[in-house]
Amino acid sequence: MDPALREYLPILIFLGMALGLALLLILAAAVIAVKNPDPEKVSAYECGFNAFDDARMRFDIRFYLVSILFIIFDLEVAFLFPWAVAFGDLSMTAFWSMMVFLGVLTVGFAYEWKKGALEWA
Amino acid sequence: MTIFALAFWLFAVSAVLAGLGVVLARNPVHSVLWLILAFISSAGLFVLMGAEFVAMLMMIVYVGAVAVLFLFVVMMLDVDFAELKEEFAGHKALGGIIALVMLGQLGFGFAAWQSAEGADALRAAPIAEGVTNTGALGMLLYDKYLYLFEASGLVLLVAMIGAILLTLRHRKDVKRQNVLEQMYRDPAKAMELRDVKPGQGL
Repeated sequence: MDPALREYLPILIFLGMALGLALLLILAAAVIAVKNPDPEKVSAYECGFNAFDDARMRFDIRFYLVSILFIIFDLEVAFLFPWAVAFGDLSMTAFWSMMVFLGVLTVGFAYEWKKGALEWA
Repeated sequence: MTIFALAFWLFAVSAVLAGLGVVLARNPVHSVLWLILAFISSAGLFVLMGAEFVAMLMMIVYVGAVAVLFLFVVMMLDVDFAELKEEFAGHKALGGIIALVMLGQLGFGFAAWQSAEGADALRAAPIAEGVTNTGALGMLLYDKYLYLFEASGLVLLVAMIGAILLTLRHRKDVKRQNVLEQMYRDPAKAMELRDVKPGQGL
């Protein structure tokens, strides 16, 4: 086997164990557990009082804003990985190109901060 | 059967099944969960091909961010999916025609596919011995493809500003904490004692 793949073998084993354990627990719950449902038990539970509304409701747009900003910074981090791995062999151009890239996104971050997009209220 | 083949079949079958699940699941939330499984399976396939960086990108960006965003959209939009489905059922013929046209286009594109000279050899031996996948990408991306890299940074900046401009609105009726004002508050000036004579107001 490819030596690079050999390093991934523990992850595969781990994946198999996780899958097996999850299946075992789900099947055990399905087979062993006592099931005695009635309408009150299976109804939605909202902290002691009757549920106000359906869970499908409009949420504030700022939830989307936070997740979109998260994706943008996630992509920025994804660009950092190969740079960090190859860091020892990089040319000066490559180093400064990443600095410019980070600078551009820091401008965006400062704008976001100044605008109060990160404020949670 | 080697472990490699076993892993390949495991990931391939689960990718295809998860893809079917995305299309066939009645509940859109279940569709998104199937989509996440499809992403994870394809990440496993990428690892088997030796494309580690793409696999990790798949996990970080697609599973971590895009799938969560999909889930957000599906769970938070106030859409009556049962009604939507009935509406779709009326357009089955049109949808079928569009699907056929797209299939035809894909077929034509695939039939007319021509590899550049030497591309097959490059694909067979993508990187030099002793260099990791991610490292090889790092050596290329920031130097040779500098302008594209910086352009992608600008695209991210535009996306960030666009998202803020489109969705940010400040509520006037909410009182916010002003940390600086709190920190610079002088306790000595916060309160004043006045000696008020009886029978007189201030």
